[in-house]
Amino acid sequence: MKKTILAIIMLCLLTPFVLYAQDVSQLVEKVKAKIEQVKDYTASGKMKTNVSFLKVPVANVVIYFKKPNQLKIKNEKGISFVPKGTVSINLNNVLSSGSYTALDAGVDKVAGIPVRVVKLLPSDENADVVLSTLYIDEARQVILRSRTTTRDNGSYELEMSYAKYVSFGLPDKIIFSFNTKEYKLPKGMTFDFDDGSAVKQEAGKTKNKKGRAEITINSYSINKGLADDVFK
Amino acid sequence: MSAIIDVHHLSKQFKEINAVNDLSFTVNEGDVYGFLGQNGAGKSTTIRMLLTLVKPTRGSIRIFGKDLFTHRTQILRQVGAVIEKPDLYKYLSAYDNLALFAKMSGIDPTRSLLLNQLKVVGLEDRAYSKVKTFSQGMKQRLGIAVALVHDPKLIILDEPTNGLDPQGIADMRNLILKLSREMGKTILVSSHLLSEVELIASRMLIIHKGKKMVEGNVAELLDPSKSLVQIETAHNADARKKLEHSKWNGLLLPGTKNIQLKMNKEDVPDLIADLVGMEIKLLSVNPTHSLEDYFLSLTTQPGHVEAFAD
Amino acid sequence: MWKLLQIELYKIFRKPRTYIAFGAIAAFILLIQLALLANGKDYLQFGLGFLDDSFEIPYDKINNGYWICFLVLNLLLIHVPILVALVAGDIVSGEANMGTLRLLVSKPISRTQLVLAKFFAAVTYVIALLAWMALFALVLSIVLFGTGDVVVAKSMEMHQIEKVDVLWRYFAAFGFAALALILVASLSLLLSVLSDNSIGPIVGTVCIIIVCTLISEMQIPLYDKYLRPYLFTTYMLGWKGFFYIAVDGDGQTIRGSVENMPAILKSIGVIVTYTLVFVTASVMVFRKKDILS
Repeated sequence: MKKTILAIIMLCLLTPFVLYAQDVSQLVEKVKAKIEQVKDYTASGKMKTNVSFLKVPVANVVIYFKKPNQLKIKNEKGISFVPKGTVSINLNNVLSSGSYTALDAGVDKVAGIPVRVVKLLPSDENADVVLSTLYIDEARQVILRSRTTTRDNGSYELEMSYAKYVSFGLPDKIIFSFNTKEYKLPKGMTFDFDDGSAVKQEAGKTKNKKGRAEITINSYSINKGLADDVFK
Repeated sequence: MSAIIDVHHLSKQFKEINAVNDLSFTVNEGDVYGFLGQNGAGKSTTIRMLLTLVKPTRGSIRIFGKDLFTHRTQILRQVGAVIEKPDLYKYLSAYDNLALFAKMSGIDPTRSLLLNQLKVVGLEDRAYSKVKTFSQGMKQRLGIAVALVHDPKLIILDEPTNGLDPQGIADMRNLILKLSREMGKTILVSSHLLSEVELIASRMLIIHKGKKMVEGNVAELLDPSKSLVQIETAHNADARKKLEHSKWNGLLLPGTKNIQLKMNKEDVPDLIADLVGMEIKLLSVNPTHSLEDYFLSLTTQPGHVEAFAD
Repeated sequence: MWKLLQIELYKIFRKPRTYIAFGAIAAFILLIQLALLANGKDYLQFGLGFLDDSFEIPYDKINNGYWICFLVLNLLLIHVPILVALVAGDIVSGEANMGTLRLLVSKPISRTQLVLAKFFAAVTYVIALLAWMALFALVLSIVLFGTGDVVVAKSMEMHQIEKVDVLWRYFAAFGFAALALILVASLSLLLSVLSDNSIGPIVGTVCIIIVCTLISEMQIPLYDKYLRPYLFTTYMLGWKGFFYIAVDGDGQTIRGSVENMPAILKSIGVIVTYTLVFVTASVMVFRKKDILS
């Protein structure tokens, strides 16, 4: 009798966790299913690059994507310094290949919107992604923020906002944060004109080695077909 | 006859060296004025001051009746000069050099004027040859052409026969005489050769260690009938003072230790009588040197000058 | 004065030595262009390769005519003062050495006018040299490599200027470079007036510029505080200021802007002041000088 009562109590205590675990996994699957509608897209927009040592103009860019993980950001007319790792803005990468364990990490808010925080641990020990933390808008089934730590490519963070293309899980604004190396060239090579700004630059040098790229998408052209040589 | 060049108490000091010392002389209109002296006597420095290349330390220079330094541009328009060995732009032709300097002299030369000028100096066949291919004589002639191209009233020639062969020297002499006699130019010629000055100059000045030694009419100064009479007395300074207040003053020559006069040999007895009358104790009277010797001694070797020194 | 200037220009451009500079510049620029045609990407990678880990660097796009012109100016404008000194240093002392100065000064022209005519002739030579450099460095580079955005690599940051925003900056930069080289010419003129031989002023100018540039670049605190602000070489690189672009609050470049215009204007002021001082000194010295050559 006593054993039975103990078993019932354990079952009652553990069941919510099991139910929750199934809940989070299902949420992630729903998000993934939405994203997987998109086989390819061509998106045009503007990219602002905010890196302490880069003074660059706002660039008109075109983003090409083809399933499962081909992504290219191009500036057709000018020069853009595209951060490496922008392949990570492909959310398929985040939710990618193989299996993973989804853990509920509670709730939070992103830009005032309530989100479910989910931690994804890839099952494949050799996968590049070590850990992803997703902030998912449950109502719209889209990812508003993700923090990903990779084995070989450092960590990066994505923030997304959605409007017209929310049904496809495609954001209209992506903010991509990444790590950068220190920039320094010998003065004997550059022969800078010293206009007094060097002191300010020296002061700012050690502040942060993080960069930010903000991409605002004007339009997507979805599932129209894309040749592979666009990604070369 | 008006004075074209009027120099008063002109001096030039370079650090401790008195290159020119209290020099005064006058060049009259139409003169061929010989400016004689050894090398280093101060001739070139004087000429450079006349051409405003060098600023005098003291003294005044008037040319064409105007002060040189306040009317410089106006005066130099009427002056042509050859200064020592004339150097021109080696990478340009004779014609181009002449055209360039003609424009700098304030005229707008025509092609025919330039070619004619080259013809006058005998360079018409080499008008378009580069100056670097010219001999010294040819450069000298081109220098003359440059000096004459703007038809100046006053021509200053500093050692114009330097580096010329005998034919070149003769040609230069004839040119100077032609400029003077046919074209009425006033010419100042410096030289260290009495023989050259003698043949062309009407008046001359001898300069030695920056000081004027003698100035006057060439014919008079080099009159062969006149001798150089050297007098030695017991008190030369006193004797000189007395002679300066006597009728013999004009014949006294400056600058030597013993007393020297340029005079006719026939007047020597009168001189001796006057010297005795002035109670000057005569030790010797020696009319052995000719005037030419005197001038040569001043303008050539330093040893000869010492022989006349006190 | 105009006639005098014409005569001085005639003398400069009839002298074979004058054309050494033009030949050297053309040869140097053509060599650079040839090298970049063959190995432009490698050269850029050598300089910017350390960023390869973080960014996709579009080397082929960076290697365009506008960028090549910047590179040429960066390399050449340090050495062009020597070519300026070659002509300006000779402009009075060369005449003294040749023996023509005494003939010139005995002509009915004021010494002030003579020196100024020589100065303006040197200025004309500088402008001709820069126009020649612009022809090869800018025009020919555009013909060979096309146009594109210019990426300017400073020691602590990189500036990118959009293609449409580049050309006016080159006009401004060449204008500034002209002022800087005119300053060099005026220094050479002063040394030329003080000397009676050609080599002294040329070598003197080059030595002064080298020593002053070294002091300007060495970053020794003592020199930086007491010497650097007063050296004209500190300001001669001001043409680059036209390629340092300002950014907005978001860190994006502002088209048509210059990061520090007051610094450029200050440099221009210093350069013009030094030029006036050197030219005035040249006139004063020449007016008093005894011509003994």
